[in-house]
Amino acid sequence: MIATATPSAGRLDVRQTAEAKTLTLSGRLDTATAAALWPKLMAEAAGGPAVLDLAGLSALDTTGATLLLVAEAAGKGNRIEGAAPPVVAVLDRVRAARAAPRPKPEARLPVVARIGEATWQAGRAVRDAVAFLGELTLTLLGTLLRPWRLRFRETLRHLDEAGTRAFPLTVLLGVLMGVILAFQSAIPLRRFGAEVFVPNLVGISLLRELGPLLAGVILAGRTGSAYAAELGTMSVNEEVAALRIMGIDPMALLVLPRVLAGLLVMPVLSLLLTLAGLMGMAFIMGLFGFPLTTVQQQLVSTLHLSDLLGGLLKAAVFGLAIAGIGCHAGLGAGRGPRAVGDAATGAVVGGIVAIVVLDGIFAVAYERLGI
Amino acid sequence: MSGEASVIEVEKLAAGFGGHMLFRDVSFQVKRGEVFVILGGSGCGKSTLLKLMIGLVPPVAGRIAILGTDVWATEGAARLDLLRRIGVMWQQGALFGSQTLLENVEMPLAEHTSLRPAARSEVARVKLGLVGLSEAAARLPSEVSGGMLKRAGIARALALDPPILFLDEPSAGLDPVTSAGLDELIRDLARSLGTTFVVVTHELASILAIGDRCIMLDREAKGMIAEGDPRRLRDESTHPTVRAFFRREAA
Repeated sequence: MIATATPSAGRLDVRQTAEAKTLTLSGRLDTATAAALWPKLMAEAAGGPAVLDLAGLSALDTTGATLLLVAEAAGKGNRIEGAAPPVVAVLDRVRAARAAPRPKPEARLPVVARIGEATWQAGRAVRDAVAFLGELTLTLLGTLLRPWRLRFRETLRHLDEAGTRAFPLTVLLGVLMGVILAFQSAIPLRRFGAEVFVPNLVGISLLRELGPLLAGVILAGRTGSAYAAELGTMSVNEEVAALRIMGIDPMALLVLPRVLAGLLVMPVLSLLLTLAGLMGMAFIMGLFGFPLTTVQQQLVSTLHLSDLLGGLLKAAVFGLAIAGIGCHAGLGAGRGPRAVGDAATGAVVGGIVAIVVLDGIFAVAYERLGI
Repeated sequence: MSGEASVIEVEKLAAGFGGHMLFRDVSFQVKRGEVFVILGGSGCGKSTLLKLMIGLVPPVAGRIAILGTDVWATEGAARLDLLRRIGVMWQQGALFGSQTLLENVEMPLAEHTSLRPAARSEVARVKLGLVGLSEAAARLPSEVSGGMLKRAGIARALALDPPILFLDEPSAGLDPVTSAGLDELIRDLARSLGTTFVVVTHELASILAIGDRCIMLDREAKGMIAEGDPRRLRDESTHPTVRAFFRREAA
């Protein structure tokens, strides 16, 4: 309701005599009126002994009552007078509500203790991650010993969801990467008349680096987040707890098929992305006037089987890490509506950080091994 | 039929989804200051009736007027004005999980009033105090129990002091003691604030404890099968479904 629109909207009249100040309220004191009168009434009531005369009040809601009680408490010696029974009922109810004990503000920990708590939390997170990794390894080894216990249908479903359904996106991204790389590298190479070496450059970078890395980003964004959201919802709905209590290992039922899918799907995605990229590059080379055979010769002359296999091995490890991190984030989801979103974000960020770090480790290892 | 004190008028209402009819020819009035209960078994359409009344789901036929305004014929500012004069407690509370209980209650106040932040938080604390949740003001919805969630839902519905409150299944998922506490709160608010309550429930104990008047919907009959004081219906009704409901017999 708008205060000024209603004829009986609440109003405040102030009368000051030598001995006392009277604040007369009349009409309807509802939420809108109370909001409008709040600053003025508080200013008048703060001064000191004042009488809040409510005899003319026709209606009062709880917001209006809050205003009156806050005003009553604002000045020493303030008192309320003349309220009709229905107004008194609301005032009494609100007075009781205000009297209830309020929460004590949580004492903030001193700096040292806060650092300690953060360290403790970080340590627990590391411990949980290591425990998860150990449990996953045990489950994997157990499945190797008893392969018939693996849920094949479930694994096939995940292979489809993480793999075949990602093919269109992978091909699109691959072709575009090939086109862009070829185009960008052709510009500086042309100044030396060395455009013919574009396939060497693009081929090596796709096979060894960009193929696995970009496929990993696709998997983290599409599948890692989906795993976290799916398992996160299951933990929030206590489905994971129900599995444990039924004596079914959530690791074997939920995590293993997903991690296997990540492991198997990534080399395929990486290969697909690389091939699509090479095709995009060949198309650009064609536009520059180089026939397909030249491109092929250049590729054959620079690329070795070890480049391809090294890239695929890396991709498989990336897939394992992304799927594992997604499942871990999902199973560790807390309670509440934000938990699932947090888990999905954690899965994508964790997955991308993990593949970049792993990529660095692989780079050093391959350099040492001469691959 | 329409008495001068009725705040809600429902006339010949029909609802359904697709080709499936839930109920038809439902007519009743809710009087100012009463606790009006909509009851019936699972699947009879009582929650749908509530959603029709608050303008969330369109009726197939019929008319609903709240405080003299046709819910389905108003738009724009008039509709907003109507929405400010009703409050709804949702079955699961529907509190915003990223905000504390206090912030949840403050939200409608911030949107619809000119109260300054300090006054707003003072008012919101009073609303939480009215439902007995003063101490939980700083907690998140995920950190409180089911009964407290429902109370917080009522506090948020009360934020703008609407004359009418709609409650969807207040006792669902609560233990009898918590549920009885909630019933007591509803009666207390109706008495002290004069708020009109429309409550959807199938909890027998709750119906008898809070209801001034009720209507009963039935899935088989696809409509209303009883109207009146729940205690009299329990003792005097001859309708087999109503008798079965109040005596907890299998139909």
